[in-house]
Amino acid sequence: MREFVQFTLGGISFGMVYAAIALSLVLIWRGTRILNYAQGAMAMLTTYIAFTVIDHTGSYWAGFAAALAAGLVLGAVIERTVIRPVENKPPLNAVVVTIGLLVFLEGLAGIIYGGQYRSFPAAFSITGLHAGSVSLGISRNDVFVAGAVLAAALGLAALFRYTSAGLRLRAAAFNAYAARLLGVRVGRVLTLGWALAGLIGALAGVLVSPATFLYPASMDSIFVLGFTAAVIGGLDSPVGAVVGGLILGVALNYVGGYLGSNLVSLFGLAALIVVLMIRPSGLFSARAGREV
Amino acid sequence: MTLARHVGTALVAAVAVWALSVSLSSFRDYQIADIAVYVVAIAGLTVLIGLSGQISLGNGAFMAVGAYATALLQMHLNWPLWALFPASAAIAAAFGAAVGVAAARLRGPYLAGATLMLAVALPTLATQFAGVFGGDQGLPVTVVPPAALGAAFPLTRWLAWVNAGTALIVLVLLANLARSRIGRSWQAIRDNETAAALAGLNVAGLRILAFVVSAACAGLAGGMLAIYASQVSPGAFTVTLSIALLTGAVIGGLGSLAGALWGSLVVVLVPTYVTNVATSHGLSSTVAANIPVAAYGVVLIAVILVFPDGIQGGVRRLFGLPPPTAAVPLPRLNSLRRRQPASEHQEEGTT
Amino acid sequence: MNRSHRLRTPAIAAAAVAAAMIAAGCGSSSSPSSSSGAAAASAPGITAHQILIGSHQPLTGPAAPGYSEIAPASNAYFQYVNAHGGVNGRKIKYTYLDDGYDPAKTVSDVHQLVLQNSVYALFDGLGTPTHLAAVSFLNSQKVPDVFVASGCGCWNNPSKYPQTFGWQLDYIREGKILGAYIKRHFAGKKIGYFFQNDEFGQDGVKGLDYEIPHSQVVSRQSYVPTNVNVGPQVAALKASGAQVVVSFAIPAFNALLKLTSLKLGFSPTLVASNVGTDPITLGGLLEAFAKKGGATVSGNALIQGIITDGYLPTLGDTGNSWIALFKKVHDQYDAKAPFDGNVLYGEAVAYAFVQAMMKAGKNPTRADLVSAINAGLPQGPAVAPYAYSASDHSGITGAYIGVIKKGVLVKQGPVYATDATPTGAVTAYTGSEQAAPASGMP
Repeated sequence: MREFVQFTLGGISFGMVYAAIALSLVLIWRGTRILNYAQGAMAMLTTYIAFTVIDHTGSYWAGFAAALAAGLVLGAVIERTVIRPVENKPPLNAVVVTIGLLVFLEGLAGIIYGGQYRSFPAAFSITGLHAGSVSLGISRNDVFVAGAVLAAALGLAALFRYTSAGLRLRAAAFNAYAARLLGVRVGRVLTLGWALAGLIGALAGVLVSPATFLYPASMDSIFVLGFTAAVIGGLDSPVGAVVGGLILGVALNYVGGYLGSNLVSLFGLAALIVVLMIRPSGLFSARAGREV
Repeated sequence: MTLARHVGTALVAAVAVWALSVSLSSFRDYQIADIAVYVVAIAGLTVLIGLSGQISLGNGAFMAVGAYATALLQMHLNWPLWALFPASAAIAAAFGAAVGVAAARLRGPYLAGATLMLAVALPTLATQFAGVFGGDQGLPVTVVPPAALGAAFPLTRWLAWVNAGTALIVLVLLANLARSRIGRSWQAIRDNETAAALAGLNVAGLRILAFVVSAACAGLAGGMLAIYASQVSPGAFTVTLSIALLTGAVIGGLGSLAGALWGSLVVVLVPTYVTNVATSHGLSSTVAANIPVAAYGVVLIAVILVFPDGIQGGVRRLFGLPPPTAAVPLPRLNSLRRRQPASEHQEEGTT
Repeated sequence: MNRSHRLRTPAIAAAAVAAAMIAAGCGSSSSPSSSSGAAAASAPGITAHQILIGSHQPLTGPAAPGYSEIAPASNAYFQYVNAHGGVNGRKIKYTYLDDGYDPAKTVSDVHQLVLQNSVYALFDGLGTPTHLAAVSFLNSQKVPDVFVASGCGCWNNPSKYPQTFGWQLDYIREGKILGAYIKRHFAGKKIGYFFQNDEFGQDGVKGLDYEIPHSQVVSRQSYVPTNVNVGPQVAALKASGAQVVVSFAIPAFNALLKLTSLKLGFSPTLVASNVGTDPITLGGLLEAFAKKGGATVSGNALIQGIITDGYLPTLGDTGNSWIALFKKVHDQYDAKAPFDGNVLYGEAVAYAFVQAMMKAGKNPTRADLVSAINAGLPQGPAVAPYAYSASDHSGITGAYIGVIKKGVLVKQGPVYATDATPTGAVTAYTGSEQAAPASGMP
């Protein structure tokens, strides 16, 4: 029983990171109908920027802020330069561009920072918390991770619901032509969407890097699972992204714990296939209509 | 007539390859064998993406299936080469059918993502069932030139002949398929799935068939890789391989079989060349090894943004030929452009 | 409609251009210079002035962190030798190609080195699955395949692979030495295993099991390098009540083991294979946790007390003549890299190669190099003798046990030597270690 509790709580920590990646993917998908394969690599790069800042200033929070700011800028720049030309083209073009971006960013990080694993600090203590004498299997930092992602998700939700920028984002996503007719600067809005996604991705990067160490390919497996979570939850649904991430994180932890760590990716594949066969657009998506 | 043209072209190419294989060094023969592996795999992928409009990021997994099939059939049943290759293609095709059925309802990024997950997860089977698949160390594969060619016949030349010959046969078959009714039906589905269904095409069946063909090619390429490397192990079938196949298909020119050849040349020859240039300019070995990686990414982006027809498109323009009417998916107001997420109920064609 | 022409012309053009590309890139290998005078071109890769050797190394990809330092360090030692007269007047040129830890790429790299570059020998090929892909080819081409950078016992196969030689302490021997230490010092305690689920970890466990009584082992947990979440494994180790954890893991996973143990409130004694315990690498992975998180967590403190083994002098032993020599070479030729265990490894194996080349004779053929090693090599920087003979191609036969104290490895007790069989005893090695030659050349 104690094992089960530990597995569950441990799974939540990684699950929240998958949720963050999934959330950023959903944000981009809703705005531009593009699946950003470079999302993990972007997060890796912003985490390297944080690492450099922390190294020079000695302050974790300065690095944290730098990563988030860099995420905003990187997302906006990427959308403006390489994504804008493929937004209205067949989806294959966007797939290739984002994969090209992924490869480029990893090579760039290798050139600038080299391939060795870097130790990335955690925001808070990583020693385990105890309930009395029983070890809970999570640390203060894990609580921070969960809280930060939750705050980001809620902040996004509030942004969408209660601000005019959010309204514009939703309008552009729903029907770009009509929004344009109504005076929404759709181009700027899409850039904002990518910038926000970059921010959340950067958050995911700094939150998970203490546990994975930082190197050019460190976000690859995190991205794959975050993307799986997004697809399982439904690429249209932010709620689905968060719930999908949590469920996936906890479920994979059970698999790793009870069945063996080698089976984790197979199980992820099985879960993905099963969900997509039952609901091809994901668990939380609006039902797609029949075409013929 | 089409068949005669294709076979004729293939025979000319075969003579050219034979001439190269006997006149070039042993190492170049070996490279010919390597390039042929990618030609077959990329040709299958370019047919899938370019003709039928489905994106697969998991063809590396099908290559793994074919490669391990070759190794296991040789190890346990001692089958000869001419039986191993079709068997590997068939086994991978069956696997592709299973994946195609499971993914039949998936479109666009969902399909790409599912196949990506396949590419990530499948190689772990080799370490999970290490008793059967040899685990991380893999399984050996042996190939020897037939006795009829003489005892001193270099193995590398035999590999070049086998692989290049197989590649040419596959290209002829695929070229015929592309020009046949099935090929045209694929293009119809790619361009407008709803209209194709209304016209009476079996959309699901054709999509699965495309997957089967692509998987068969990849499986065959896997078998060719197995004999080229004289072993199979999971380390050769990472996601990097699937991305390399996609890169080759895009850079060569999507939907074009000649493009598969260009793409293979780029994927096999360019990275080493770039690294050598970088090292000779005094850059540290780690930096020099990462430069091709970064360059790959830049080239991919540049090709799609600026030269969407890839190298083959450039070659066509060079020879003054008209662009292929149906080889590259053109941006059109069609079912591939799902821009309205919340209003899936809208009829196709209105916006 | 001329669709047929459309197909034929590009295809022929394609074939023609391809032929041109391949032919243009084709460079015929240079023919050896005619033999005249003392130094002659006695074998492929040997000219009057140069010895060309090649290797395959993971410079990119999953194995690159750490291991990518080895080849530049070897090259640094070769440059030192070249600056001091070379080997019989010949300079060593070391060409190493990146295989990204992908066996298919390794095959291609090795074919290039042998068929196109015509290297004299393959030196220090790195990785077990990768080198396994190349070993048959090298042996069929009779290319010396010396000092493979892998602890697999598979390189010790003189009947099947006569050209191939191991160098480092193999994993089974290492498991036996660690196991014997545990049997002696932790009798009656509960032991848990934490190992990488491949040949490295599995061979290590084999060696451990030859020595540690089975009844003492309460948990065996494996991990795969692709999954960084070791929470379940550590939880299982804790639940089993293990008081000592033996680890056959790479540095990243030893670090994760430590961090996760902190989280779960689990603090066993850690005994680990030297593959994952270089204090500089391991400390570096944990140093960020020294800067944050309060006084209870400190990077250096996290590696304090780890018990491991070593088959080369410890980096902390600055008075040791080998460390002094290799540090001098490092500072002069490879200063950008940290002077850590990987650099030490690279220089030490390069030293062994130079030893072998000098023994091979003035105008060595490829067979001369193999015979030179078969006749045995002095142990050089290794703390125990090499096993090299015509019937045994395994390398270093022993190691000492050490404890990490204040960020450096401190040797404890004697060097232990053993073989790779289930019943061969682990005995204290009574021979003395050699000092480094004053000139730095063998």
